[in-house]
Amino acid sequence: MSQQTLTGSEIILKALADQGVDVIFGYPGGVVLPLYDEIFKQNRIRHILVRHEQAAVHAAEGYARSTGKVGVVLVTSGPGATNTITGLTDALMDSIPLVCLTGQVPTSLIGNDAFQEADITGITRSCTKHNYLVKDADKLARTLHEAFHVARSGRPGPVVVDLPKDIITGRAAYLPPAKVKHKSYNPQVKADIKQVEQAVAMMAAAKRPILYCGGGVINSGPAASQLLTQFGRMTGFPLTLTLMGLGGFPASDPQYLGMVGMHGTYEANLAMHECDLMVCIGARFDDRVTGRLSAFAPQSKKIHIDIDGSSINKNVAVDLGIIGDVGHVLEDMIKVWKARQARPDEKALRAWWARIDTWRARDCLRYANSERVIKPQHAIQRLYEATKDRESYICTEVGQHQMWVAQHYRFDSPNRLMTSGGLGTMGYGLPAAMGVQVAHPDALVVDVAGEASIQMNIQELGTLCQYNLPVKVFILNNGYMGMVRQWQELLYEGRYSQSHTEAQPDFVKLAEAYGAVGLRAEKVSELDEVIERMLEVRKPVVVDVRVDPSENCFPMIPAGAAHNEMLLGPEDEADASVSDSDEGMVFI
Amino acid sequence: MIQKEETRFHTIAVLVDNEAGVLARVIGLFSGRGYNIESLTVAEVDKRENLSRITVVTSGTPMIIEQIKAQLNRLVPVHKVSDLTIDGPSVERELALIKVVGTGEKRVEALRIADIFRARAVDSTNESFVFEIVGSTEKLDAFIRLMEPLGLVDVARTGVVAMARGQGAI
Repeated sequence: MSQQTLTGSEIILKALADQGVDVIFGYPGGVVLPLYDEIFKQNRIRHILVRHEQAAVHAAEGYARSTGKVGVVLVTSGPGATNTITGLTDALMDSIPLVCLTGQVPTSLIGNDAFQEADITGITRSCTKHNYLVKDADKLARTLHEAFHVARSGRPGPVVVDLPKDIITGRAAYLPPAKVKHKSYNPQVKADIKQVEQAVAMMAAAKRPILYCGGGVINSGPAASQLLTQFGRMTGFPLTLTLMGLGGFPASDPQYLGMVGMHGTYEANLAMHECDLMVCIGARFDDRVTGRLSAFAPQSKKIHIDIDGSSINKNVAVDLGIIGDVGHVLEDMIKVWKARQARPDEKALRAWWARIDTWRARDCLRYANSERVIKPQHAIQRLYEATKDRESYICTEVGQHQMWVAQHYRFDSPNRLMTSGGLGTMGYGLPAAMGVQVAHPDALVVDVAGEASIQMNIQELGTLCQYNLPVKVFILNNGYMGMVRQWQELLYEGRYSQSHTEAQPDFVKLAEAYGAVGLRAEKVSELDEVIERMLEVRKPVVVDVRVDPSENCFPMIPAGAAHNEMLLGPEDEADASVSDSDEGMVFI
Repeated sequence: MIQKEETRFHTIAVLVDNEAGVLARVIGLFSGRGYNIESLTVAEVDKRENLSRITVVTSGTPMIIEQIKAQLNRLVPVHKVSDLTIDGPSVERELALIKVVGTGEKRVEALRIADIFRARAVDSTNESFVFEIVGSTEKLDAFIRLMEPLGLVDVARTGVVAMARGQGAI
């Protein structure tokens, strides 16, 4: 034996360190105890002990999305592993790079229904980008390095590595991360330059163009956002972002039309509907963006740039599909645009902007503010005003408050909004904020929440207090599952079936019980002061903001309606018939 | 629009790493996304490189078929995806074992038809035959249909294997 061997635990920690991991979110248990013993013996990698494994995954997501690095989770076998499923699915839908290490019963017991055994590679096959069961200690190091490579490259996603106890305790040689070319997995990042040239030609010829950009811009790294901003300004085209793309282009830029989709702005959705050329950059024509497909941007040619070939022509047939990393493609596009001295059709573009300006003049995000009761939109606007000049990161849960953040909080840079877009996971925000705060200890991290969502992972207040992570939980408390109530009001004739939570905890006392600070704002006059106090405290804070329980989130495209069938406010009636569509599809 | 495009059958060959769970990934992809599997065969084809070849016959509109190929390509252990139906001419073969039980005239008739179809009897007793037949899916279907009134009791089919004609390889 010439080569020195290490234990599985040592190999795992060494591999994590070599992959640049500085923090793990996890929860111990039987089969991973040897690994936890190894964690105990070292100081290089920090371990954050969560209160529930689902939260470990969301925390790793927050960490990953705010840093661009791979988030790492460690849980035990059986229930520890099954508790990660929601988080893994969330990360898959939103393309968040994660490596989730799950303990497994010893290989000799696999298949025996052993204590805390679950077929986790079987269970996670459809909610991970890839997964591994390590059955041979000699393959451990290589598998871990490969897991990181798969998680962060191409379209990022979660990767599970299932680690039987005898592999963790076994011995093998360590293999450093080498630049081994994977046999079959080699995602294409550089696009075909001919297609880029074709795209530039189409853009130069467009009369009513729009850039429709999404989370791919964020995932491609901050440079991609800069390139997008540069390219957007070179062309002078109107630009809209998806929920996952917010911050990819500065919200304060006059070319920005606001968010697109179900709760997007009037101008963004009408510009999408009326355009003659749609350039989709790192977005995926989600049903929340497109509305009814048969009425989606009917007069347009479409270009779709995506790193994932399977996203192209999936929901919407496009005229030009370009496979490549958004950053690389934008770089090439700028080069080609400059080299060809391409010019947009100025006259047509002026006329197009004139039309867009009339839509903008509707001021669709306007709401009737009140002296009597705190309007949730007003609370978000005040939060924005109080935090915009700080280094701030905003997380959300899922529902009305999430959409109000997307509408009223203006993100000027990428990686600043952490939200569950694809899966729509209530309970995402608090643990995600935890992960963001771990990654950015000195920054301001706010989880904007609803009183329903926050209770899905509220146990993490314990984690915040244990590590003194000064996350601010800003609850817009309307006493309802607000979005459910809104749909019931608009589409189910006000039958509020099971959307009202009669018994609410006293959030101030609850925060105090955990050791956090609890604050409450009930009157409009108290709001600014409470926000100020929240920002002053260097401790976890829970703010219970009592908002108007009947406020709805507008504009809204009802499910199954088209972009030009928006409801702009309470005076517009929802047409329930659109949910029975001519395409035989059921809209959700 | 999309929905009105014609559905047709495609035979797709997929070269994959021969590792645990790879077939489950492919099948899970089809079931999870609601694609059809008409037939599916898999076996190791390269011991040294540890590769298996999956042949799957599926159906869908051109947009769905493109999706299936893109989704297959996205799986980490997938090396190559080849749509034999549109990538050029190909040969397709299927093998079946067919058991027919009977005596007298029916038995003679079964043997006579087997001869016409160039099926071989690979097992026989006084009252039964097991025929082996190789050919296209349609040929096998026709043979099985003819055997039905003649005492057909058991059918085992491999599903389609296919390969491009000419010099090209996957």
